[in-house]
Amino acid sequence: MSNSFAGQVALVTGATRGIGKAIAEAFAAGGATVIGTATSESGAAAISEYLNGNGRGCVLNVTAEGAIDALVSDLQKEFGKIDILVNNAGITRDNLLMRMKDDEWNSVIDTNLTAVYKMCKAVMRGMMKNRYGRIVNIGSVVGTTGNPGQANYCAAKAGLIGFTKALAKEIASRGVTVNAVAPGFIDTDMTKALTDEQRERIFETIPAARLGKPEEIAAAVSFLASEQAGYITGETIHVNGGMSMV
Amino acid sequence: MSTIEERVKKIIIEQLGVKEEEVKPEASFENDLGADSLDTVELVMALEEEFETEIPDEEAEKIRTVQAAIDYINKHSA
Repeated sequence: MSNSFAGQVALVTGATRGIGKAIAEAFAAGGATVIGTATSESGAAAISEYLNGNGRGCVLNVTAEGAIDALVSDLQKEFGKIDILVNNAGITRDNLLMRMKDDEWNSVIDTNLTAVYKMCKAVMRGMMKNRYGRIVNIGSVVGTTGNPGQANYCAAKAGLIGFTKALAKEIASRGVTVNAVAPGFIDTDMTKALTDEQRERIFETIPAARLGKPEEIAAAVSFLASEQAGYITGETIHVNGGMSMV
Repeated sequence: MSTIEERVKKIIIEQLGVKEEEVKPEASFENDLGADSLDTVELVMALEEEFETEIPDEEAEKIRTVQAAIDYINKHSA
């Protein structure tokens, strides 16, 4: 099943690999022009390659001053609109709070939460004018459940859910929906960085008894970004194999 | 070249989706022209764009009528 995104422009942050790549591919399969962002030139080139003419990759460091506004403004000029924004770019800097450095805290909050605020602010004006828009923010199951060693990440992801609800209420009347998808443990480079101990503990808690696939997150994102999901806003869809039911 | 008054009125008509005859000088955006808080923010942003100016929040809050908008722009545009 693939939703139709013919004639639409989708912007996906952190699209080089993992979940972001699966999301960008789902939009491209639905006929959208997809702009996927990466932090490096080589990442952007890799995105252009897999998009295969249905858009392209571009370099964006979401924490660089002015970078987000500049990119969104260029895209608005080039395509005239952005229909879909997926805030997927995220990082982890795990450490027990006793040992956590300010830098580890700040970089996770900046990339995973502050950048979401900036991206949304940059695209919302155009969406409101068009009376149409779909914003999907990628959260995490740990934003709801907590996870030792990830106080920074959990705080950012929980913050993202509150942000999603507030913005959803602000702009619902303009035909713009804002939702979140909260993945559980998905088979990506990010979860490969977990320690064996973390991994074992996590597996015991997943009724589906496996990691999720990036495509399974993309399916939920694709649905929320589709036209037919227009009456769903401020919602978080949890995609976690049953590990947490909210 | 249209006057500031005409340009301001045009933006109000476009942003709020109201008729020209409704845009009287004393008309209040919220009470007479059916604007909600988001509409007034969008209106202020549209004025900023049209007149290439930045309207501070505390000034924007005072722009509640058609005349107030015209006065503000008259006073602050070069």
